[in-house]
Amino acid sequence: MSPDAPFRHFHDQLADLKRRLLEMSERAEALIDMSVEAFNDQDLEKAEAVIAADHDLDQMEIEIEEQAIELLALQQPMARDLRFIISAIKITSDLERVGDHAVNIAQAATRLIRQRSTPRPTPELEDMARRARQMLSEALDAFLRGDGALGRAVCLKDDQVDALHESLFRIQLTHMLADPRTINDSLDYLAVSRNLERVADLATNIGEDAVFVAEGKTIKHGAERRNS
Amino acid sequence: MSITPNFIPAARDLPDNPEGVPGAEGAISAREFRFWYGKTQALHDITLDIAPRSVTALIGPSGCGKSTFLRSINRLNELIVGTRHGGEILLDGENIYRRELDVVALRQRVGMVFQRWNPFPKSIYDNVSYGPRINGVRKRQELDEIVEGSLRRAALWDEVKDRLRSSALTLSGGQQQRLCIARALANDPEVLLLDEPASALDPIATQRIEELVYELKNELTIVIVTHNLQQAARISDRTVFFYLGRLVEAGPTERMFTSPRDAQTEAYLTGRFG
Repeated sequence: MSPDAPFRHFHDQLADLKRRLLEMSERAEALIDMSVEAFNDQDLEKAEAVIAADHDLDQMEIEIEEQAIELLALQQPMARDLRFIISAIKITSDLERVGDHAVNIAQAATRLIRQRSTPRPTPELEDMARRARQMLSEALDAFLRGDGALGRAVCLKDDQVDALHESLFRIQLTHMLADPRTINDSLDYLAVSRNLERVADLATNIGEDAVFVAEGKTIKHGAERRNS
Repeated sequence: MSITPNFIPAARDLPDNPEGVPGAEGAISAREFRFWYGKTQALHDITLDIAPRSVTALIGPSGCGKSTFLRSINRLNELIVGTRHGGEILLDGENIYRRELDVVALRQRVGMVFQRWNPFPKSIYDNVSYGPRINGVRKRQELDEIVEGSLRRAALWDEVKDRLRSSALTLSGGQQQRLCIARALANDPEVLLLDEPASALDPIATQRIEELVYELKNELTIVIVTHNLQQAARISDRTVFFYLGRLVEAGPTERMFTSPRDAQTEAYLTGRFG
């Protein structure tokens, strides 16, 4: 065995951790897509599939967390590797939360379907879903590639999703004030919007972790501005 | 006694310059220090400040110059034929390479402990009292006080107080290494140089040495060469990375091990070197 064999072994394990995080992220993004489709198309079967699939994400979180803790304990990583593994533990928890938000959206879809509501066209929701999903995908990409600039760019996009949420809130408020019979449905629309807004927040967290891994700088909670 | 690890995974902004205890003795400053073994240059323009009463770890791959630099701080290298140096190293502001300097006195101020413990084949008492004796301390009571004080500072007193006349060679490896530290402390040095002091010790004996370093930094300046990166991370305040005879990066240990600024340091710490 060559002297650097233990390091090679460690780097193989790190590559495996990256692969599993990518797999988990793809699964989480797919659940968000499915849940929003189930809501928009009032597709009960799809909504139930989302609720059932969440268990897989929970299981992936446990496995990735165990793998990361094992690497910390056995390999005692330093510098960038240390930052990567610490961040991976946080990100797997964020991705599990994304799955929970997908379930919340699917449950809102289920309620609407059972109430036999007439679907309302909500381009804001579709736009939010598209943006939140893209943020999630880019944040993970930034994290896995160690691209700090992309991580920062993702964080900046959060404001756009917040603005859409605000806009959707006002629209639903107008519906509710105009016709109190829409209150039940509107609350579900608002629930979906809030969940998508939180998915964007989680993507922002991942973007911040990508900056931490790439540059060794903490940017969350305005830490970078305070230290500069 | 416990050690607080320096493993804090946060990139806080920390001053790069050492603080230590301002005004205390044992401040070391290297200024464009260069060193040659014959025609081979082992150190290139090393400029480094080491704060008094702090622990500085020198790390880097074999042959990077860290041990050469360590041995330059008490001029041990010049015992090797054909060596020469350039630049200067200051101890408390005085150039230790100036012509009129008493090298023996310097080595009393700058004690050293090596990888392989090397007690004299004498009693425990004689090992510790050796330095003070050749420096002219004759009174028995005074020698007793120095021996007890040094053994206490080396955290060895309780283990050997009932057998001070036994041969030092009857002690375990870890105890012999602490005896060598006590022997260095008996000269009341300002600086203690440690060249891989725990690399041949088991984990428990290593922990005792690390605890000792943590305690001793309240009294003197410690510079340690170690290949054990976790050990450097655990016990040092500042870490200095050497590569190919050059100082690549120096900084607070918690920053060096979480967010080093130089790509070579990053590569060395993460095993992606070469």
